[in-house]
Amino acid sequence: MDNLLSIVIFLPTVAALILAVILRGEDELSQRNAKILALIATLATFIISLPLLTQFDPKNTGFQFVEEYDWLAGLKYKVGLDGISILFVMLTTFLMPIVIGACWTVRSRVKEYMIMFLILETMMLAVFSSLDIILFYVVFEAGLIPMFLIVGIWGGKDRIYAAFKLFLYTLLGSVLMLIAIIYMWFEAGSTDIPTLMQHEFSSENMILFGITIVGGIQSLLFLGFFASFAVKMPMWPVHTWLPDAHVQAPTAGSVVLAAILLKMGGYGFLRFSLPMFPVGSEVMATFVMTLSVIAIIYTSLVALVQQDMKKLIAYSSVAHMGFVTMGIFALNKQGLDGAIFQMLSHGFISAALFLGVGVIYDRMHTRDIDAYGGIVIRMPVYALIFMLFTMANVGLPGTSGFVGEFLTLTAAFKANTWIAFGATSGVILSAGYALWLYRRVVFGDLVKESLKGISDMDMREKLLMAPLIVMTILLGIYPALILDLIGPSVNALLEQVHAAQGVIIDATSKAIH
Amino acid sequence: MEMILLFAPLVGSIICGFGHRIIGEKMAMFVSTGALFLSAILSWIIFTKFQGEGYTISLFRFIESGSLSADWSIRVDRLTAIMLVVINTVSALVHLYSWGYMDKDPQWKEGESYKPRFFAYLSFFTFAMLMLVTSDNLLQMFFGWEGVGVASYLLIGFYYRKPTAGAAAMKAFIVNRVGDFGFALGIFGLFYMTGSINFSEVLDPHNAKELSKTTFKFLSWQLNALEVITMLLFIGAMGKSAQLMLHTWLPDAMEGPTPVSALIHAATMVTAGVFMVCRLSPLMEYATFTPNFIVIIGATTAFFAATVGLVQNDIKRVIAYSTCSQLGYMFVAAGVGAYGAAMFHLFTHAFFKAMLFLGAGSVIHAMHHEQDMRNYGALRKKIPYTFAAMMIGTLAITGVGIPLTHLGFAGFLSKDAIIESAYGAGTGVGQYAFIMLVIAAAMTSFYSWRLIFLTFYGKARGNAHTHDHAHESPLVMIVPLIVLAFGAIFAGMIWYEDFFGNHWEEFFGSSLYANHDTNHVVHDAHYVANWVKASPFVAMLFGFLMAMWFYIWSPENPAKLAKQQNSIYKFFLNKWYFDELYEIIFVRPTKWLGDFLWKKGDGSFIDGGINGIALGIIPLLTRKYQAMQSGYLFHYAFTMVIGVAVIVTWFALTGGSN
Repeated sequence: MDNLLSIVIFLPTVAALILAVILRGEDELSQRNAKILALIATLATFIISLPLLTQFDPKNTGFQFVEEYDWLAGLKYKVGLDGISILFVMLTTFLMPIVIGACWTVRSRVKEYMIMFLILETMMLAVFSSLDIILFYVVFEAGLIPMFLIVGIWGGKDRIYAAFKLFLYTLLGSVLMLIAIIYMWFEAGSTDIPTLMQHEFSSENMILFGITIVGGIQSLLFLGFFASFAVKMPMWPVHTWLPDAHVQAPTAGSVVLAAILLKMGGYGFLRFSLPMFPVGSEVMATFVMTLSVIAIIYTSLVALVQQDMKKLIAYSSVAHMGFVTMGIFALNKQGLDGAIFQMLSHGFISAALFLGVGVIYDRMHTRDIDAYGGIVIRMPVYALIFMLFTMANVGLPGTSGFVGEFLTLTAAFKANTWIAFGATSGVILSAGYALWLYRRVVFGDLVKESLKGISDMDMREKLLMAPLIVMTILLGIYPALILDLIGPSVNALLEQVHAAQGVIIDATSKAIH
Repeated sequence: MEMILLFAPLVGSIICGFGHRIIGEKMAMFVSTGALFLSAILSWIIFTKFQGEGYTISLFRFIESGSLSADWSIRVDRLTAIMLVVINTVSALVHLYSWGYMDKDPQWKEGESYKPRFFAYLSFFTFAMLMLVTSDNLLQMFFGWEGVGVASYLLIGFYYRKPTAGAAAMKAFIVNRVGDFGFALGIFGLFYMTGSINFSEVLDPHNAKELSKTTFKFLSWQLNALEVITMLLFIGAMGKSAQLMLHTWLPDAMEGPTPVSALIHAATMVTAGVFMVCRLSPLMEYATFTPNFIVIIGATTAFFAATVGLVQNDIKRVIAYSTCSQLGYMFVAAGVGAYGAAMFHLFTHAFFKAMLFLGAGSVIHAMHHEQDMRNYGALRKKIPYTFAAMMIGTLAITGVGIPLTHLGFAGFLSKDAIIESAYGAGTGVGQYAFIMLVIAAAMTSFYSWRLIFLTFYGKARGNAHTHDHAHESPLVMIVPLIVLAFGAIFAGMIWYEDFFGNHWEEFFGSSLYANHDTNHVVHDAHYVANWVKASPFVAMLFGFLMAMWFYIWSPENPAKLAKQQNSIYKFFLNKWYFDELYEIIFVRPTKWLGDFLWKKGDGSFIDGGINGIALGIIPLLTRKYQAMQSGYLFHYAFTMVIGVAVIVTWFALTGGSN
């Protein structure tokens, strides 16, 4: 099939349209039907996306499954996948059925809720596969709308505040990206991503307001994109929207946010910043790595003192994303491999952790850690699964969490030992907050009256966790599954970056003289 | 055969842990115990049949990223073979012992199924430990390293109802992570400098020599590559082997059930650090600072732990500190270059220390889970087999034998080998270690005999009811003690020549490396003066007599001395105040900093300052629309859609004009 990729992208939206048109009423039955239809749609999307993976040729470092159509006057719809983006497309289609499954207990405005997730899926898939920069920008921003509504309507008590914070942070970041995009378009005369990747933007030093800017235009363009991606990651110090959004978001919203939406920033760095502004990336590398290591230590320390389970995991997410940016900007093989792996692995692990919080939240309606204790006695299965993902979260070898951390740290050590030293200490802190959370929630004697009747995970909850368990362990033991797939694309990307390395040495020496 | 040996415990663990509802509790325990006995038998076959040269079986790829590549593999050489025997023998016996010890555990309520879980953890631990010792690269070693850490965490926290157990488990894991921090950095450094993490390249003496001549920039200093890397790796060993400064988790780990203490916190896991240093012998041989540091840490730990062991009242804590102290001995041997002696003591120690723990478990079992020795006394008639086992263990650990010959209990041969090596090294740190180890030997003898006298001699103290009902343990608990007793008596005499004789290098083959330009320590150790050879024996005798005097001849003495030297007594009793010190300098500041960064950093500074613009708008908007229902959000969303549409239109129009 020539337009397999487009079918995958638009199938969820088609399902959303069907839902919107056909289903009426708020009664039990129509709620149920809405959920079932959404589940079928996301499952179908996953199944249809599988041939993408099987037909993908990892040795070919170009884009595959490319489709190109004219859209509005002069604008192009162009999509395609390489070894990096295919992973994120698969991650999305794989996780969405689980997300829908996590919505099963929702009772209000179910139809609209399902529509939001289905539209969101299309947006996310389009972000990861678009090969036209304007298309990318549009879906990148538009994806924000369903997320804004999911938090703002189905969220907790302070949902409006959190939704606006999420919206404004990400919006303000993208304004600069928009300016950069417009400049690139005028400069290169094209919005085609593969063309832009080949285009060499000027890296001559330039003087702006009396300050020499090393890397010139490339550095400025880099910063424009950086503003947007750094907020999406999120990187320190623009991370504070995330804990608030997570705390207020419903479980399914948190899962999407942590597992997929956070990956857009990292993906953006790999798709735009590195190949299009290699000199800018080199110039900024130490700066970004420094922010990353601050994020790792800072947010781990903050996670240590949280009383709200979701907030704790949200801060832990920021720390884990710090490993991603650190790996990317170490600008070597292990770093990029590790960063991509870490994003994927964090997708599974954070999804499971937020689902895990959802499981007990559904029963007790509180996320306060002190409200729990000793639930292992009533919930042995839950305790086991939560243990697994706690360990995966602290990067235990044998789980997927280890591989990404190990590779990015190895890469950082090559680039700068201070960075590696600081980031490795995050490994101690993560053990601290994760195990302390586990101890307070799961271990201890069951003395609280309210917990005496708590029931263990039901079949639905176990089914949601099962695929995540399999992936976490499988990728932890045999990471070659992923590393082989992304290998050639990563190598190609690195060649492109390193080709610019001569340029940068030249540029810095000029700046000094 | 190697595959079966390695994976039998894993399979046993999975079947036991997940299948016990289907096949029943007894069957599940039987499967995991059976798997371990199978592994143990195979280990002995490999150990006895092993001829010199090692080999590696590759299973499948682990991580491959650029030049970084590591396989899952099984490396078998002499060092591995020794570890296999130690791990699987002790583990199999501990599995068997647990049938008795864990039966009708009063910690659990009626109907709670805890035994399969316990056996599954034990087997899983064994698997992780086997992965550690059979690895052919640092990555798989790290996998095993952290794997045993998790198993240890789960087993220390096994009685999860007890808050102290949860705390101890967490402490063990986190302190070990501090060590792993060093270990991981060491791996990164080694990869950075050599481009490989596989033993075949990393442990090539030629490469190690080159590395010792190279410097690299570590943090802000230009430092010798080999010294930095070995130092970082040794920090890992310090964590796992509970050496001074990173030792605080080990005594607390006694919260776990006693069989766990015997297996993990005496015979196997805690010796992983010693194993690691021996495994990395080519690197250690060309370094100078690190081995000296290892000797100092080892000797000081041996001394420190012994002083604390003198005054503890909990029977398990005494043995725990004793373990800590004996590990210090092993590090001294490894540090001075007598790797054979280190492995020898590791080997013999596994038998007698596991036996002491299992014996202590038998006492605890008999005394209805009373662990305070002040409530024991006069038990030798009530539990004669246990008494005999504890006696043999004590004779072994204190080093009873005939001076100047090679006849004696296991500890006599291996411990003396270490003390002679320390002296034979002929260096300043060697002298220091020699003195510390001899003093520690006297203290070891004192606290070991103190334990025996308090438990089995004198008058019955404490709850009379408990004493009346004290009973000998069942056969499944006695049999492992008997087997271990053989090891504790004969292991030293049988293998002395192999591990520490003149031909020790032939025995170990390529698994250990000694640089003959600088390392003659084993040879020199054989020719130290007789007073050196006899000194540990004299120290042992002195300790024994002191114990006799204090606890048999005039039992009012200890209390008097404690009162007279109250500050020293308190200092030892409170373990030199390490826990309190760490609480003040690490734990509290970390929590304070976290709180500060959260409330001031995130709250006031970031949300209030840098992003003040955004934050100014949000409250405004939310206040304005407070009364509104969230349905109005759709209006905003609609506005956003229009905004996106405007941008697209703009692009389209200007794009169309191009």
